[in-house]
Amino acid sequence: MSHIPATLFDKVWDSHVVRKIEDGPDVLFIDRHFIHEVTSPVAFLGLEQRNLKVMFPEKTFATADHNTPTINQHLPVQDPLSANQLKALEVNAAKYGISHWGLGNPKNGIVHVVGPENGITLPGMTIVCGDSHTSTHGAFGAIAFGIGTSEVEMVLSSQCIMQPKPKKMRIKVDGRLGKGITPKDVVLFIISKLTAAGATGYFVEFAGEVFENMSMEGRMTVCNMSIEMGARGGMIAPDETTFNYIKGRDKAPKGADWDKDLAYWKTLKTEEGAVFDLEHHFDAADIEPMITYGTNPGMGMGITQHIPLAQAAGGSKTSYEKSLDYMGFHEDEPMLGKKVDYVFIGSCTNGRIEDFRAFASIIKDRKKADHVTAWIVPGSHIVEQQIREEGILDILTAAGFQLRQPGCSACLAMNDDKIPAGKYAVSTSNRNFEGRQGPGARTMLASPLVAAAAAVTGVVTDPRTLMVD
Amino acid sequence: MAYDKFTVLKSTAVPMPIENVDTDQIIPARFLKATERKGFGDNLFRDWRYNADNTPKKDFVLNNSIYTGKILVGGKNFGSGSSREHAAWAIYDYGFRCVVSSFFADIFKNNSLNIGILPVQVSPAFLDNIFRAIEADPHTELEVSLPDQTITILATGERESFEINSYKKHNLMNGYDDIDYLQSMKEDIRSFAAKSIY
Repeated sequence: MSHIPATLFDKVWDSHVVRKIEDGPDVLFIDRHFIHEVTSPVAFLGLEQRNLKVMFPEKTFATADHNTPTINQHLPVQDPLSANQLKALEVNAAKYGISHWGLGNPKNGIVHVVGPENGITLPGMTIVCGDSHTSTHGAFGAIAFGIGTSEVEMVLSSQCIMQPKPKKMRIKVDGRLGKGITPKDVVLFIISKLTAAGATGYFVEFAGEVFENMSMEGRMTVCNMSIEMGARGGMIAPDETTFNYIKGRDKAPKGADWDKDLAYWKTLKTEEGAVFDLEHHFDAADIEPMITYGTNPGMGMGITQHIPLAQAAGGSKTSYEKSLDYMGFHEDEPMLGKKVDYVFIGSCTNGRIEDFRAFASIIKDRKKADHVTAWIVPGSHIVEQQIREEGILDILTAAGFQLRQPGCSACLAMNDDKIPAGKYAVSTSNRNFEGRQGPGARTMLASPLVAAAAAVTGVVTDPRTLMVD
Repeated sequence: MAYDKFTVLKSTAVPMPIENVDTDQIIPARFLKATERKGFGDNLFRDWRYNADNTPKKDFVLNNSIYTGKILVGGKNFGSGSSREHAAWAIYDYGFRCVVSSFFADIFKNNSLNIGILPVQVSPAFLDNIFRAIEADPHTELEVSLPDQTITILATGERESFEINSYKKHNLMNGYDDIDYLQSMKEDIRSFAAKSIY
């Protein structure tokens, strides 16, 4: 029988199937399981009620991030409910022998930042977490996706979950990105073309020159937002960029193990002639700095464009109008020049060192606009340390900005970092849903460059106008 | 956690003809701070349902006593966004046992099936028919039969089939869950793990 060319996704998925159930899901073995304080406590409670143990505690890693404060982390957490969840994570991790990087631990940070930066995330793995942005880890050529709390309990108790195999989609972007166009713009562009439900039911492979030339930080930003087009996850074939990033990290394989794993990782690519259920192709030249104008991540546009008319946007007119009404925007008006009250840079989407370098490149030798409140939140303590070491903190301070401590922060506003009702925020996070950043908050998603341009001008600004050649 | 078995559900329905209802609307993040699964129904659709001063918003469907029932009917791409199972818990805790839409987000669908809510995906045309029937008569009943995999608008007799794999169907009809299944195959998992390179 001749060999059927396989996709990267097939290779990783099929090698993790413990059992196939006829007219049912696959039982999928999970190599790495990340947990945090919000979606794990009920799963641990379930284990107790059923009198079950954690089957492989060494394959689960805990970090506190979702509701941690981003100032004064050395003090007790003020909100009793948040403190209770943080305590529950600590107690559960200790009880079951799970590694735990809690508040104050030098390894602490956002789960999707600390996993990769410590070499826990590796190519060819299956990775899950009770958080939809687990898709981030797909940047390493892993199958990584978000799960619910019942599934967290499954992984804790059996190291497996039961999943129907998704369909396969490939999204190719070829050509070269222009000046000021970042990975965030690439993914917001793709989502604006596919819509917020355009990849539901699919697992996406990102391919083509743009991703081949992208850093690991950039690839993580792209895969992070796969879920925002409905995809189960997104992945990129590992290459030299991937291997160079992993090598030498704390928990990455060393010596002979490295050589053995590396040989395997090099086989993880889609073969010539492999078939996808759906393919999309875009040209890098069509992408400009992006910004969202509505209340789902598919409602994005080039920053120099006008807000689309309802009929051009597709979908129901009522839902579209409800969305613009919430934002206080109108069809066919420009986004450039709109007043900005808050700027947030951080999150699992754009909370890595490269993002702060980009932000600093714009604010250097400029001043924060007086009326703008800016929250600058590193994704981890390691990122925070890099910000200090590279002199970025000095640039921030000189421009009138303050650096906060790591956490999910205003991305989902579970802690005190809430945008007030009616206020406008340019945010480097991943969701512009109604109330996502606080009840009544109005979110415009964008890249770190667009966020920086808004922070110094106080209005929506094309960052290219502030860049030197 | 045990859930009610699902076989045939005959009920009035609550219409929500809005697209892209995301899980942040179903249950905002600030209500995810519990360490136990209870009381989430009180905060279902919190910011659409209540004003900032906690008074009910009169124009929201859950505050309109004409609309009741165990079936929630939503617009396209229902349950998008966050993986929080709390969204499904809130819907279940409020009293819904079935959500009907023309399109569901993946994680929400999985979470629902795992806790005993039946997500019924119908064609866009059939969804419109349901909305129209409820608009014409808020007391109109729908019948969802899991054994037959059909949904019927009883007033008009219009009926459509829906898909569900036989494994999940069996689970829902008997109140089983995946954890029971996985516990029964521990030896297979152990030998699989022994061969894993990670």
